[in-house]
Amino acid sequence: MNRINQKLQEDKKLISIYFTAGYPNLNDTTTIIKNLEKSGVDMIEIGLPFSDPLADGPTIQASSTQALKNGMTTEVLFNQLQDIRKSVSIPLIIMGYFNPILQYGVEAFCKRCQEIGIDGLILPDLPVDVFVEQYKATFEKYGLINVFLITPQTSDERIRYIDSVSNGFIYMVSSASTTGAKLGFGEEQTNYFKRIADLNLNNPQIVGFGISNHKTFNQATQYAKGAIIGSAFVKFIKKSPLDNIENFIPTISIG
Amino acid sequence: MSYNINEKGYYGEFGGAFIPEMLYPNVEELRQNYLKVMVEPSFQKQFNQLLKDYVGRPSPLYFANRLSKKYQTKIYLKREDLNHTGAHKINNTIGQILMAKRLGKTRIIAETGAGQHGVATATVCALMGLECIVYMGEIDIARQAPNVARMKMLGARVVPATSGSKTLKDATNEAIRDWINNPENTHYIIGSAIGPHPYPDMVTRFQSVISEEITWQLKEKENREYPDYVVACIGGGSNAAGTYYHFLDNKGVGIIAIEAAGKGIDSGKSAATSALGKAGIIHGCKTLLMQTNDGQITEPYSISAGLDYPGVGPLHAHLYKTGRGEFYSATDDDAMQAGLELTQLEGIIPAIETAHALAVFKHKTFKPDDIVVISLSGRGDKDLQNYIDYFNL
Repeated sequence: MNRINQKLQEDKKLISIYFTAGYPNLNDTTTIIKNLEKSGVDMIEIGLPFSDPLADGPTIQASSTQALKNGMTTEVLFNQLQDIRKSVSIPLIIMGYFNPILQYGVEAFCKRCQEIGIDGLILPDLPVDVFVEQYKATFEKYGLINVFLITPQTSDERIRYIDSVSNGFIYMVSSASTTGAKLGFGEEQTNYFKRIADLNLNNPQIVGFGISNHKTFNQATQYAKGAIIGSAFVKFIKKSPLDNIENFIPTISIG
Repeated sequence: MSYNINEKGYYGEFGGAFIPEMLYPNVEELRQNYLKVMVEPSFQKQFNQLLKDYVGRPSPLYFANRLSKKYQTKIYLKREDLNHTGAHKINNTIGQILMAKRLGKTRIIAETGAGQHGVATATVCALMGLECIVYMGEIDIARQAPNVARMKMLGARVVPATSGSKTLKDATNEAIRDWINNPENTHYIIGSAIGPHPYPDMVTRFQSVISEEITWQLKEKENREYPDYVVACIGGGSNAAGTYYHFLDNKGVGIIAIEAAGKGIDSGKSAATSALGKAGIIHGCKTLLMQTNDGQITEPYSISAGLDYPGVGPLHAHLYKTGRGEFYSATDDDAMQAGLELTQLEGIIPAIETAHALAVFKHKTFKPDDIVVISLSGRGDKDLQNYIDYFNL
């Protein structure tokens, strides 16, 4: 069974962390992953930086630009991750935009992911229809779970369609925004979280965008299986030595 | 071989809608409605009326006598520069603002390079009383100051894009991010034949009034339905798409596209996408774009802010790939010289974007009885300072 599916069966709310590979320094990738696992994180999204990250706010944009300046490329990332499964056992997901993967070759990319032990991909600008028609079989061949996004504006009908083609979890975008934009959740979000929970989907939901502390984590996971922290973590490692990652996680899980 | 869009939103292998889910409801709403709305008699009536009485259409098809003598062929200029606001851009913004009204939108966003599309958008927003926010690269704000002032006077808010190359590509990124953050009340008026389906097709259809007029104007002047060649400059490619549209399936018409070579195709400072690009995804569509081997979009360069874009509309990518279009590129110097030449031979100061199309004669020799229609997409008032600096006037 895929590590993501295994993790989703655990009886707990999951903390997932996003970071941009190659930031703050090119070779921080494996140290960040190891420190995150040590500090009790359940799942990690490794951001493959892109020059034009349309769905991202200023924090992740800036980290992506810096990572590219530092020399991060698809091949460099794969080389850094080559031996990661010797020491890390939690699910690892690569999150990025579709063009770099298209240029690498979708099949070649998926194959490398499987060899390394990557469990899934999140590609916000790869549309569901294109995935189903052209790439689903390839993802399955290499044992990769593809994760789709839904937003407060996604219709119930479309959510059910997305649920039907998903086989891991659904990435629930908390509000109409780019990453890192909102501070705190209001009634609107709570209603949305509940509305989705009431759909009783086959795939669990993990909330992302706008989660930065214990309070927003709790609000997000009241109805959902877990939450993803991205911009807040990227901001944290901008200022703090990587050894301090163990101090960051309790601010989310304990408060 | 078809050169029109198919039901899935592709021109051959190019096009589609590669957008994050956050944009799906907006783009899908537009996709489901745009063709229906465009054929409504009330829409048609209002659109045509505004093009006539407000924009000043039809734009003249002018026989350029002295230019023709110089290049020993018959050159007609399609005078989009005489439109209200000074370029072809207004054809599309009139269409899209009417579309936005019918979809119940109250807030308009746009990206702009040279500022022509920004001005055209700010103009129609003033006309319709809608809020207008225009994203513009910081570098372009500096090099197109007159248009920035016009947009502000028209009541638009001009927001500088400060990421990346600080030009059109980055302004487009910021506009898309704005749309993600304002999914319900906002319509995004894309100014070029780019973006996710249905934008390339919608923009092309609104601009197709250019080639529609050329057909009957040429009949009047030459007793012919079509020219031997149509020529246009290409950044994203909206004036080109409109100029080619009615001739796409007529093999008797040669289609010529001129891209911006900047300092030269191999100089590392260029925006000649067909020569330097390969297939990939930019701003929601699959098309030719300039990128690294690793799929990172590279920063283009052209003296012309309106052509300073690392991609090309999917229709043009298809025309290039299939060989239907002949693609050339003009350097900054070629374009500036061609702009000065038109000014002194015909008394018309073209936009620097447009001047690239006029550089076609550096690359191609036409026969004496060929009829060559060049899209004079915009006027050069906004570029005076650039011309002055370049020629030490």
